[in-house]
Amino acid sequence: MEVPATASERDAVDGLLGPPESGWDGAQRTARDGRVSFGGFHMAAAQRDLLLPALHAVQSEVGWISRGALDYVCKRLGVPPAEAFGVASFYALLSTEERPPRVAHVCDDVCCRPHGATEIVAALEAAFGPAGTVVDGATWHPSPCLGQCDRAPAVFMQLAGEADAVLTRTNGEAVVAMLRGESVVVDGQPATVVGDLLLGRMGTIDPTSVESHVANKGYEALRRALEMGSAAVVAEVKASNIRGRGGAAFPAGIKWEAVANAPEETRYIICNADESEPGTFKDRVLMEGDPFLLIESMTIAGYAVGAQRGYLYIRGEYPAATALLQSAIEQARTGGYLGPDILGSGFDFDIEVRRGGGAYICGEETALMNSIEGLRGEPRNKPPFPTQHGLFGKPTVINNVETLMNVPTIVVEGGEAFARIGTERSAGTKLFCVSGAVATPGVYEVEMGTTLGELIDRAGGAVGDLQAILLGGAAGAFVGTDMLDLPLTFEDSSARDVSLGSGVVMLFNESADFPDLLRRVAAFFRDESCGQCVPCRVGTVRQEELLARHLTSGRPLDRALLGEIEEVMKDASICGLGHTAAIAIRSAIDIGLLETV
Amino acid sequence: MSVTATAIQITIDGRPVEVAAGSTILEACRSIGEDQPTLCYLENLTPVNVCRVCVVEVEGSRTLVPSCSRLVEDGMAVATDSVRVRHSRKMVLEFLASSTDLTTADPVVAEWMDHYEADPDRYGPAAPPSDDRDSRATGHHHVSDGLAAETVYQPAKIDNTLYMRDYSKCILCYKCVEACGADAQNTFAIAIAGRGFDARVSTEFDEPLTNSACVYCGNCIGVCPTGALMFRSEYELRRADLWHEEDQTVTTTICSYCGVGCNLELHVQDNRIVKVTSPLDHSVTDGHLCIKGRFGYEYVQELGDLATTPIDIVLAEARTK
Ligand SMILES: Cc1cc2nc3c(=O)[nH]c(=O)nc-3n(C[C@H](O)[C@H](O)[C@H](O)COP(=O)(O)O)c2cc1C
Ligand code: SF4
Ligand code: SF4
Ligand code: SF4
Ligand code: FES
Ligand code: FES
Repeated sequence: MEVPATASERDAVDGLLGPPESGWDGAQRTARDGRVSFGGFHMAAAQRDLLLPALHAVQSEVGWISRGALDYVCKRLGVPPAEAFGVASFYALLSTEERPPRVAHVCDDVCCRPHGATEIVAALEAAFGPAGTVVDGATWHPSPCLGQCDRAPAVFMQLAGEADAVLTRTNGEAVVAMLRGESVVVDGQPATVVGDLLLGRMGTIDPTSVESHVANKGYEALRRALEMGSAAVVAEVKASNIRGRGGAAFPAGIKWEAVANAPEETRYIICNADESEPGTFKDRVLMEGDPFLLIESMTIAGYAVGAQRGYLYIRGEYPAATALLQSAIEQARTGGYLGPDILGSGFDFDIEVRRGGGAYICGEETALMNSIEGLRGEPRNKPPFPTQHGLFGKPTVINNVETLMNVPTIVVEGGEAFARIGTERSAGTKLFCVSGAVATPGVYEVEMGTTLGELIDRAGGAVGDLQAILLGGAAGAFVGTDMLDLPLTFEDSSARDVSLGSGVVMLFNESADFPDLLRRVAAFFRDESCGQCVPCRVGTVRQEELLARHLTSGRPLDRALLGEIEEVMKDASICGLGHTAAIAIRSAIDIGLLETV
Repeated sequence: MSVTATAIQITIDGRPVEVAAGSTILEACRSIGEDQPTLCYLENLTPVNVCRVCVVEVEGSRTLVPSCSRLVEDGMAVATDSVRVRHSRKMVLEFLASSTDLTTADPVVAEWMDHYEADPDRYGPAAPPSDDRDSRATGHHHVSDGLAAETVYQPAKIDNTLYMRDYSKCILCYKCVEACGADAQNTFAIAIAGRGFDARVSTEFDEPLTNSACVYCGNCIGVCPTGALMFRSEYELRRADLWHEEDQTVTTTICSYCGVGCNLELHVQDNRIVKVTSPLDHSVTDGHLCIKGRFGYEYVQELGDLATTPIDIVLAEARTK
């Protein structure tokens, strides 16, 4: 039973895919369609990866994905409607229920919560009613961390037919006004950014202009790489000892080498810019401040490993960075820095930006690949690893934004010089996202080995009486002030049973309501589990219930059972989300944060 | 099993075992008669390795690994009954039993629950059914007081006369989706929708099957391990307390409709066909049938107005409502 799409729904899809060719893929049926067939399995397989972009197109234009719109997308792409519905309903930013054109996603996560989010939520409840209530074409929903913790509290505005917007350092009054369609001043103030190596150019270059990039040593590294040859670039990256900055700290050179030596010729490079780990905002700051350097870095990576195509997967709540990167890619193409025969070297390479749909799990590398391929963002079982069997089944290098953006320095200065920065096992500098109860929240670049206390001092010190620090994100751990002497390296953190994760350092003082924060963390993992495997799908629910049972009903906390749940999630889950879903909560209980009730 | 000439040496619980390269750990275990519990694995489907009840410990691996899909490697030391393995299996079974109705699941599940001492009651009383599982907002949930254990209990979906779906019993093993998709039927009428605990098997927009691409091959029913998908005949007889599996006979025959030669197993109770299956290991069907073989048996037992016995009345009604 097919439902027709409205004109605006069709326009939104055709705007992305071009007009349909025949009655078979969605145009008006003609007599000719009865005699000629079109499409079939190969057409469908070749276009499946356009499913998420097509769903985004409808969502952005119309505000939700109706039955008719879904059917039209399916017809255009040859995707079965049940599968397309499975994909659409996987993402929080896509709605398969009717939704009004203006939606405020109000961050009520761990950093915004004590810094104004509670007041915003109260103001919205007063003006509109509980979350999800529709009033005059607008509604609001709570949201997990929006990657703006340095400018908390934050709200992401999804606006049908208009560009999405982010409100930072905002308040209830502004959000209510914006939902009512009034224009409000969006806080455009940049975050505090302090650093020399990776962040050295921040603020001096114009992120909208390729000329500015070129005038500030831009494309020197790419030229250098093309002279050196791909094998030499891989060798320098190996020699640099750089380890991944996305959380897992895997040596980048080893991945690059594996893909460079892969037997298959079709290879991909992916930049993981999904940045959804609560407390993390460094990649956004890098992309907003220096987008050309990221494009150059990906091009070098593509050249080094012999990839023909790069994908930049960026979280859906980063409209400013997305627009800057899209413009940077276009300017790079015009300048001959992307596309066929880059800088006359004979190397062909291009980059496509893909927008996430509001799913933390899509930052997991194999979930991200499935998401690009137009499947549900469910992590794959490993092995096989992406270097053998990655995007579209081909050898793939996937790296974090920050990891990649170190590459130009490594190429220009040499891997050994890079390896001398930091410690022996943790080379280079590292960006930290310092937020919460601290004098000057922002991104701080420090040499690896700097202590946690020194880093906090650099950010002006704690505000109030420092009680605890969330280190590494929601997938990390709460630590006490006894950790201030921790040297920030991979080896020291693992020796003390913590993780640097994605560089989150979130401070909490005496005003923090820890039981409330822990329930928020538990809710986060439950909401963001992909639901594929039993330990995580049910374990995150049971964990949240046990906490709630204690905190709202005054039952004693069943620590033993919490421990058993942690054990199975850590041991038997498919991916890192399940493996880490209990750590922050357990660590907080361990250091007594629940006893402040 | 992809068999190559090379043999591989591994140990399972200390016993040396030789298996062909390309075997899974599960196949290696079975080769020495050490079966492992499995829920989402089936010989004729691509492994999805999501249930995690089959996990084993492999020396040197940080986490446990799914035996149903992990391939053996030379020198691998596998433990199938270590403390960690027993704990994870117990918890997986508890998680499923505390959130899902397992009353019609394969009886072996209850045996595993005993064996691993699973106690689903320790999560609190089961939360009541909800009627919004098909329309919850992705990435959001209502915060509970934690006093009851959340479940997938929900009203059964009865939208046609051939089979019904009771997703209160669904453990999300993905088997029906695979059978409806590229592993057998290539119809893609159902898929996994939603996320997290709200993930579910669904047609597009939860349309009734009669509005979906479903062709009623019943292959999803054939692979479902929990009875979430059930012949209407079985469902109605169970509701009327007239389902007596112990009294049923199973007769193997060949489908009379076309020339393919599918093996049918007719499950007969009180001289009435009450459901039709096909053996998983049958070379023609791999367990899969089409609507004619699966449901087209009515001509042997026209009931209609002639239905007088309790079972006939129930069966006749199931065919009309
Ligand atoms: C649940 C989950 C979320 C993740 N999110 C991100 C992310 O947003 N950005 C990122 O770079 N890596 C993320 N990762 C890590 C990636 O899987 C992968 O390790 C990383 O992109 C590799 O790049 P790197 O080696 O440069 O760090 C996540 C992992 C998990 C398990
Ligand atoms: S651990 Fe959680 S997020 Fe990861 S695959 Fe399993 S259910 Fe999905
Ligand atoms: S009966 Fe056949 S077509 Fe219908 S949902 Fe089940 S497997 Fe798919
Ligand atoms: S309905 Fe049955 S086969 Fe399908 S996922 Fe649920 S339990 Fe598995
Ligand atoms: S932006 Fe709100 S917690 Fe990060
Ligand atoms: S049977 Fe192996 S994971 Fe389900």
